[in-house]
Amino acid sequence: MNWQPNASIEALKKRGDIVREIREFFYQKNVLEVETPALSQATVTDVHLHTFDTQFIGPGYANGQRLYLQTSPEFHMKRLLCAGSGAIYQIAKSFRNEESGRYHNPEFTMLEWYQPDYDHLQLINEVDELLQDVLKTDACDIKTYQQVFVEHIGLDPLIGGIEQVREIALRYDFGDFVATETNIDTLLQCLFCFVIEPLIGLEKPIAIYNFPASQAALAKIDESDNRVAQRFEFYYQGIELANGFHELQDAQEQLSRFEHDNETRKKEGLLSQPVDHNLINALTHGLPNCAGVALGIDRLIMLALNKKHINDVLSFNVERC
Amino acid sequence: MATVSTNEFKNGLKLMFEGEPSVILDNETVKPGKGQAFNRVKIRKLISGKVLEKTIKSGESFEVADIVECSLAYLYSDGEFWHFMNNETFEQLAADAKAVADATKWLVEQDECIITLFNGAPIIVTPPNFVELEVTETDPGLKGDTAGTGGKPATLSTGAVVRVPLFIQIGEVLKVDTRTGEYVSRVSK
Repeated sequence: MNWQPNASIEALKKRGDIVREIREFFYQKNVLEVETPALSQATVTDVHLHTFDTQFIGPGYANGQRLYLQTSPEFHMKRLLCAGSGAIYQIAKSFRNEESGRYHNPEFTMLEWYQPDYDHLQLINEVDELLQDVLKTDACDIKTYQQVFVEHIGLDPLIGGIEQVREIALRYDFGDFVATETNIDTLLQCLFCFVIEPLIGLEKPIAIYNFPASQAALAKIDESDNRVAQRFEFYYQGIELANGFHELQDAQEQLSRFEHDNETRKKEGLLSQPVDHNLINALTHGLPNCAGVALGIDRLIMLALNKKHINDVLSFNVERC
Repeated sequence: MATVSTNEFKNGLKLMFEGEPSVILDNETVKPGKGQAFNRVKIRKLISGKVLEKTIKSGESFEVADIVECSLAYLYSDGEFWHFMNNETFEQLAADAKAVADATKWLVEQDECIITLFNGAPIIVTPPNFVELEVTETDPGLKGDTAGTGGKPATLSTGAVVRVPLFIQIGEVLKVDTRTGEYVSRVSK
């Protein structure tokens, strides 16, 4: 019966309790709750994110204005930081096309927050504090991307040569693409997803930090080791739970990363995405030194309620919405 | 040539994989927040019967396998080919030993079998789930021994050997499950 909710009413009550607990966590820390638009005139250039878009027609926009649904509230929130908001958080609906499955619904809820004067390691501790509150977990493990690769598959992911990575990847018999893949990150991500992730963060959450610089996204490159970016991810019981950065402040560097993404998109036959110049202008004005993180609320609630499918914590999934 | 992308993957989809018609048994997408999405699929190759677990980059396209299944009545074997007929159109079709494979021991004249065609040629012959066959050879049963024990082997008219209860005699007709190769019951004539 498609009119009925996916999650039980009992699960939805617990979901409400957890969201209230999260708001209390940030209230105690004096972090301001903000709301930013779900629609934007520009969007992310990330090669692996697919956006939804729509058309606004109205006064002043007779010919229509394309608007994109946000894949996360990151760009709008950074503009608030540049304008002097101080520490902020938001619980926001986010939208990603082509994502649906056990851990994905195309519309989902993101908890995102920013702490001025924090670096990625300080923010890892704060994420862990929240997880201990909500999930009653022990203090998390903290390891570098390089450490877990060396420990679990004997490969240094920072050696930089795709052939060494390919040689290891071929041993796992993933599929034909391994032999011809030209992107080292695709091979590393494949090894990470299918070999490392099932082995880490089983008893308690684990934070993995210092991702390869080529997977920096919007994180700063480490000044003492330019092979790595100050980016982290949390994993727990096979679920990727959060992604955070010591945020890149350099507007020029950010712009060139966006342009580089768009060049990659062209090479792969994908549409270029409009660069968010409001964000670039805000960064030019100045982003305070800060760290930020995005955490999937639906997945957090799955873990808290011990549910095996995201549908079990959603009122109505994409098939019933 | 028709193609399917990973977004169209679902259980039962038939596609060309490593040059062989294959069927998807299970499909799961794995998408890191920042990074390449993958499809983890369990796939059975229809000709070799091999079951594989493979990782595919999401977005890749595959050729659809031209697979058709039809229900045909078994006629006879000439030693090299097994001949089947469509009882409505009377069209006939010959399958070779590779396609018939183990099904040969379950083929009963006029029984409807499922023939899987790849590019119009038979690649798999699936016998009916249940067939009735006569016992041509078995040790005489011991009187009073009805159930229990392990039974005994019996050879059927097609050459198939199944384990049967001790009371089964030569000349009796048995119902056999072709999927497991197990005796089901006696058939009263």
